[in-house]
Amino acid sequence: MSHQLKGQGEEGGGGTRGRARSGSLGTGDRSRRSPSMKRPHRAEKAPVPRRAQPGQKKRTGGSPGSGSPRRKQAERRGRRELLGDRERGSAEKTCGGRRKDGRASLREQRAPSKKEKEVRRKEEMWKQLKKHRSSSVASSTSSGESLSEEELARILEQVEDKKKLIASMRSKPWPMARKLAELREAQEFVEKYEGALGKGKGKRLYAYRMLMAKKWVKFKRDFHNFKTQCIPWEMKIKDIESHFGSSVASYFIFLRWMYGVNLVLFGLIFGLVIIPEVLMGMPYGSIPRKTVPRAEEEKAMDFSVLWDFEGYMKYSALFYGYYNNQRTIGWLRYRLPMAYFMVGVSVFGYSLMIVIRSMASNNQGSTSEGESDNFTFSFKMFTSWDYLIGNSETADNKYASITTSFKESIVDEQESNKEENVHLTRFLRVLANFLIICCLCGSGYLIYFVVKRSQEFSKMQNVSWYERNEVEIVMSLLGMFCPPLFETIAALENYHPRIGLKWQLGRIFALFLGNLYTFLLALMDDIQLKLSNEETIKNITHWTLFHYYNSSGWNESVPRPPLHPADVPRGSCWETAVGIEFMRLTVSDMLVTYITILLGDFLRACFVRFMNYCWCWDLEAGFPSYAEFDISGNVLGLIFNQGMIWMGSFYAPGLVGINVLRLLTSMYFQCWAVMSSNVPHERVFKASRSNNFYMGLLLLVLFLSLLPVAYTIMSLPPSFDCGPFSGKNRMYDVIQETVENDFPTFLGKIFAFLANPGLIIPAILLMFLAIYYLNSVSKSLSRANAQLRKKIQALREVEKSHKSVKGRATARDSEDTDKNNSKNDTQLTKEGTAHHSASQSLTLDQKAQGPGASSSAGKTVLPASQHLPVSRAPGVRPDSGQARPQAHPWRSTSGKRAWRPPH
Amino acid sequence: EGGMGTVKQSDDFTLTGSLPSARAHRRFCELLPQEHRSVEESLQARVSLEQILSLPELKANPFKERICKVFSTSPSRDSLSFEDFLDLLSVFSDTATPDIKSHYAFRIFDFDDDGTLNREDLSQLVNCLTGESEDTRLSASEMKQLIDNILEESDIDRDGTINLSEFQHVISRSPDFASFTV
Repeated sequence: MSHQLKGQGEEGGGGTRGRARSGSLGTGDRSRRSPSMKRPHRAEKAPVPRRAQPGQKKRTGGSPGSGSPRRKQAERRGRRELLGDRERGSAEKTCGGRRKDGRASLREQRAPSKKEKEVRRKEEMWKQLKKHRSSSVASSTSSGESLSEEELARILEQVEDKKKLIASMRSKPWPMARKLAELREAQEFVEKYEGALGKGKGKRLYAYRMLMAKKWVKFKRDFHNFKTQCIPWEMKIKDIESHFGSSVASYFIFLRWMYGVNLVLFGLIFGLVIIPEVLMGMPYGSIPRKTVPRAEEEKAMDFSVLWDFEGYMKYSALFYGYYNNQRTIGWLRYRLPMAYFMVGVSVFGYSLMIVIRSMASNNQGSTSEGESDNFTFSFKMFTSWDYLIGNSETADNKYASITTSFKESIVDEQESNKEENVHLTRFLRVLANFLIICCLCGSGYLIYFVVKRSQEFSKMQNVSWYERNEVEIVMSLLGMFCPPLFETIAALENYHPRIGLKWQLGRIFALFLGNLYTFLLALMDDIQLKLSNEETIKNITHWTLFHYYNSSGWNESVPRPPLHPADVPRGSCWETAVGIEFMRLTVSDMLVTYITILLGDFLRACFVRFMNYCWCWDLEAGFPSYAEFDISGNVLGLIFNQGMIWMGSFYAPGLVGINVLRLLTSMYFQCWAVMSSNVPHERVFKASRSNNFYMGLLLLVLFLSLLPVAYTIMSLPPSFDCGPFSGKNRMYDVIQETVENDFPTFLGKIFAFLANPGLIIPAILLMFLAIYYLNSVSKSLSRANAQLRKKIQALREVEKSHKSVKGRATARDSEDTDKNNSKNDTQLTKEGTAHHSASQSLTLDQKAQGPGASSSAGKTVLPASQHLPVSRAPGVRPDSGQARPQAHPWRSTSGKRAWRPPH
Repeated sequence: EGGMGTVKQSDDFTLTGSLPSARAHRRFCELLPQEHRSVEESLQARVSLEQILSLPELKANPFKERICKVFSTSPSRDSLSFEDFLDLLSVFSDTATPDIKSHYAFRIFDFDDDGTLNREDLSQLVNCLTGESEDTRLSASEMKQLIDNILEESDIDRDGTINLSEFQHVISRSPDFASFTV
């Protein structure tokens, strides 16, 4: 450690003087190591040993010297060239580069303390070594008196150092010319001596390995680039983000994520249910459930009927009722009912998994970034520019986005610094919540009232269009007007926009949830009604068929043609009815959304933009103005839409396909609408780091939509004449059937055993225990985490205060040390001891500062160490430290922090 | 031929794989006038700042002048030799170590070349990042707040400027400094 530090000190001096004498290169070089003959012989051995690797620094002992003056001169010349390089590139130097230089030059300065005699002996040895090399490697044994083991080891070490230098050349911030010179010298050296030492093998293997490593890195990068290119709409979203901030972009990212999830669900349902049914199932018109009934045939192709998903739409593979209950279909003997059931389950399973997984990964992301909280602004400042941008339009976007992100973080900062009247805020917030709860209760009651009324209407004949659609209309109106009302009330609360967004989301969520569940309850009533009629219809069907085949008046000899499927009376098929409801809701929801965007955003924008020329007040700045993008409404619309998809997809397999289309169009449409007719929020704010709030809502909706589906599957009997489960008592019987018929008996027994409540209840208990245990573990871990974070914070504070105190002390100290330096001959011993304490304090420093600060810490001991060699070799000029701190333009800053020991 | 050898050798510590020195040399030659494109001449020639700035990779970069200045070794800092050009490419290649990158980033951000990032450097940096147009510029108060916050975070020794070690301290903790590539 101390070697290294001393080296740093030395280098400062050497470099400085070298530059100072740039006019007379040769003399500058010589005078640096003033007794030039006493130069270390190690210096001769390697053409340029000054930049040797750290490993070299310890070997200060004797080394073979070169006696040949020619070689010496050449060496000096080389050094001069290097010095020239150095001057040119002096500005390019970093701590790292300096440190390396320093270590080497230190060695040179210490070496002069060697005695001349030894030098001569070594020179002889060196000559011999050279002779051996020139003749051959093998001959080294013949002239055994030279080249001891020690020498060999030393050369070996040096070769290794050179190799290391070659390897690490890349990581040195030198200009190219210098790198090239260094590399050439190092390579020459290695080539020369490697042969002598028999170490040239494995070079090709090494080269090959390096090549493969490079190729691998390149491949990884290309693959990564390819992956990022495959992300759809990345540019669109970046564009939006740059103009509207990360909060608006977070909606679109969420939309894209949702699209991905739906694509997977779509693939699952289409690949495993719809396509097998269409390809291998019985064709349309073969059985009653696949045929439009006689009474509906006339209008079955009308657009108005199709639009309502009646007619041919109703009797298509899009809906549950179309599927036959045949155990296997086609030559593949595909078990369609089983597949239908399993796909229905796996849709939920996959959705749960993906939502929870993305929540978990978001969480992980947020915990690992704990430290970056400390440097939000600096990171934005120093690393936000994307140097890959080559397109000026993209660059403009990037400018906008950087400005936006600066503004976002400034808003955040101001928000955290704001001081407010706490009591007033609290009162207003309570008031706002009270008002909003009133609104929610009111809307709940209104829906309940309307649903009750609609039940009465449904019993009556000749109801008007309004009376038929009253529930939907009231629900849409509530959904349209409540959110803005909530927003107005929320203005009272004066939350930070990000927190305000969460509240708003929560409130609208409650409203939508109320609507959805009221709707579900109404639907459930309907199902019960249909189920109660089922038995009578079953009897009617049975009797119709019985009469048809047994009626008299038909030639007995010829078998009667089967009754046309369209004429068979059939049940109401509540599953298809539910599917149609969700289908309609989805489509109408989509249309309402698009129309709202068109009217509320686009037309408004057009109006404001063009009528502004002939209006009596400023429309753009005044009342209507442009619309802001409604994040909360859009996010919740998306989430509830997804909830409907989940609920409906079991009874309408085609629903996911519709939803994929919807998400696709809405991506383009909303992107366009946002960019064309919305303005950024007044206070641009940053989206919360993780999207876990959205995901949490989505998970809740997923759970809530799982409930009714699970209830219907588990407790309602399927219709007797439609769907893949017709004829069974419950839908899940299909599993039992498969297990019994298709699996060996012992497997069936195992399944029966597993389904035993005696086993399930303990399993559930075990799961609860596991959850409890994991929960407590995670709690304790997070506590530990918080504690560690606090510690880091405290450490940082200490570091800061420590540094500032030190900085002040340094400024004072450096002045008087400079004065003292001129008469420091008597103080040498003192300083030598002081050096010890300095390096001690340094270790403490480094512990506190971490890796980034270690280089600066290295400089702190500079003054103490620079006198050490002086004490050993009195020939070196004692004022070596004086010119140092000011010489290097960059050095001056570190000089200011140089810590000097007290005299 | 000797010239080309140099070019090949430079490969060892410039860009690997993706853009070897030979390719870099070709790029460099494209910037030279037609008659000076021979290997020997091109290794001696210097390309003026304007030509470098017209490179598509640098065209949109707000720091392009700074980048050229930092890498130029000519006394007047207004032209690049082939070696300088290679330096530039190797620093911006993604094989360069974070230390090198942060070192050069610091020098690029250090507009007045005084070895520290002071308030003027930082405000110039912000202006570079927010672009030239008026509507993306930050107001004076925003600028002040921003720079205060940056100094609060990064200026460990509280001397009102950010020096190289402080800069590297911050940068080394950044998750996305790797983007400093061309």
